[in-house]
Amino acid sequence: MAASEETWLETSSSDGRQILTPVGRWAVGGLFAVEKEIRAIAEAATGPIEIDLSQLDVLDTAGAWTIYRTARNLEASGVSVELTGASEDQIALIEVVRAAEAELEPDEPTGNSFVNMVEHVGKSAVEIARETADLLGFFGLILVTAAGVLVRPRKLRLTSLFHHMEEVGLNAIPIVGLMSFLIGIVLAFQGASQLQRFGAEVFVVNLVAISVLREIGVLMTAIIVAGRSGSAFTAQIGSMKVNEEVDAMQTLGLNPMEVLVLPRLFALIITLPLLAFFADIMGLLGGGLMAWIALDISPATFIERLRDAIGLWSFWVGILKAPFFAFMIAMIGCYEGFQVTGSATSVGQRTTRAVVEAIFLVIVVDAAFSIFFQVIGI
Amino acid sequence: MSAHHDTTAIRIRGLRTQFGPQIIHDALDLDVRRGEVIGVVGGSGTGKSVLLRTIIGLNSPTAGSIEVLDRPVTGATRAQMLQLEQRWGVLFQDGALFSSLTVEENIEVPLKEHTAMSHAFRKEVAALKLRMVGLPMNACHKYPSQLSGGMRKRAGLARALALDPDILFLDEPTAGLDPIGAAAFDQLIKRLQQSLGLTVFMVTHDLDSLNAICDRIAVLADHRVSVIGPMDVMLASDHPWVREYFHGPRARAALG
Repeated sequence: MAASEETWLETSSSDGRQILTPVGRWAVGGLFAVEKEIRAIAEAATGPIEIDLSQLDVLDTAGAWTIYRTARNLEASGVSVELTGASEDQIALIEVVRAAEAELEPDEPTGNSFVNMVEHVGKSAVEIARETADLLGFFGLILVTAAGVLVRPRKLRLTSLFHHMEEVGLNAIPIVGLMSFLIGIVLAFQGASQLQRFGAEVFVVNLVAISVLREIGVLMTAIIVAGRSGSAFTAQIGSMKVNEEVDAMQTLGLNPMEVLVLPRLFALIITLPLLAFFADIMGLLGGGLMAWIALDISPATFIERLRDAIGLWSFWVGILKAPFFAFMIAMIGCYEGFQVTGSATSVGQRTTRAVVEAIFLVIVVDAAFSIFFQVIGI
Repeated sequence: MSAHHDTTAIRIRGLRTQFGPQIIHDALDLDVRRGEVIGVVGGSGTGKSVLLRTIIGLNSPTAGSIEVLDRPVTGATRAQMLQLEQRWGVLFQDGALFSSLTVEENIEVPLKEHTAMSHAFRKEVAALKLRMVGLPMNACHKYPSQLSGGMRKRAGLARALALDPDILFLDEPTAGLDPIGAAAFDQLIKRLQQSLGLTVFMVTHDLDSLNAICDRIAVLADHRVSVIGPMDVMLASDHPWVREYFHGPRARAALG
């Protein structure tokens, strides 16, 4: 086809008629070149107009629409329009476009921006209240289902439980260990440079031991697990929801709470304390190593100081929190998974929310525990 | 439309597609004429969808050549592919609409990407396509997840038609539609094909579609196109799979 690739419009006049001649390729890719021009001509026109299609090489639906719309607008404003030189195919195409004509749906009204903001705040508040109520309902549902399983332990799915324990526990060991080891190093190093000014270097051991055992070990572990496994729970359950697998489960007489939620929940409750214990050891190792290198505190001295610095409760205070964090992370992860609706976008949104909410709740619970332990004096 | 039949829209020669040790196509030849509706049928696993994906460049073949509109697909540079891609439209099985965009935005995607038209004009063209595929205007601002399966297919078709392609590829267009919806969709494709002068390459299982709108049918068997021709050729063929397919109980019901 040797058709022209150009798009343009020629105008001429004869006998008081204005003649518009579209030339070349009037197709979707090139129409922007004449879009404004033809609109301007149509608005300025007063006398009769002839549109001569004989010079067109290519006409597609977008081109036909441009010509049809121009003619329609002209006629609406009382100018007579005549189409000439059109081939049969072109007439057919314009007919297709005419048949498909419809009023454009107006855009959503934008309105006053202040009102919109207030409306948005209100909507969000209502949404938060609804979600909180839903989450509480889910919490109750977990307790009821868990109680049912405790009464009849055979309902617990062991294969699934062990699979998830491997997934969330065993496979998380390298990253949890590394993070905790590095945090131990950082704490010892920063502590050393401050304490050296008072000649109290040896208290680095207290600093590292107490902060790692009571807070940092378990908190860092919970945050890593929330990012690693909480998000995975949401994505897994969410994709199953999109795929109608959760519905299928229900029709087969399987309870999604038993099959999907409990194994994940128990796996996390069992493995998070173990991970936290591992994190404690690695944190102390990192701290000890740095104390040895930077402050010349030998491992033997470190262990001796450690025994004086902390009681058994410092250790238990950290580990006791782990199952509660685990419960929070698993509950939020699964809950957000079940909230997924419709599309892949929703899976992504819910996964993000799960991680943010889980970390937030973990820190809130941690703060509550701090106050609690303070009050009872450990 | 018969005036277009003298040129070839898609020319495939010696195509070999292979996934690891598994051979899908071997020495496959196929010509699709301009302006015809060709239906590709075959048993499960004969590589109908793979053939479609290979033609549009989503799979690269192990050997052989593919030309679409006299331009090579095999070995094409990115720029050449980009030009070709603007000349065909593809409707995937479930529409494959972008789930984060509304129907209108979905149709506007190719317009935005490949043309310089103004926002207002783009909206007009999108609305036009929407109406051409028979969707109501209030579908404009809906998200794909809010549409029924049939509407999603129509919206996908509107997106495929956004750039006024020469060739339309359809992957099982009527799968999952009720018989009335499927018949309406067949008619829609036929009507658009005739009014826009499209070449349609359609993978399908639907005997009704084959009978109602396909000019020719290509049967994939034994790694190649074993029988090709209009319906009477299919009915007269003595290839065992073709006989079973076109003379089975469902075929008798569909073909009368």
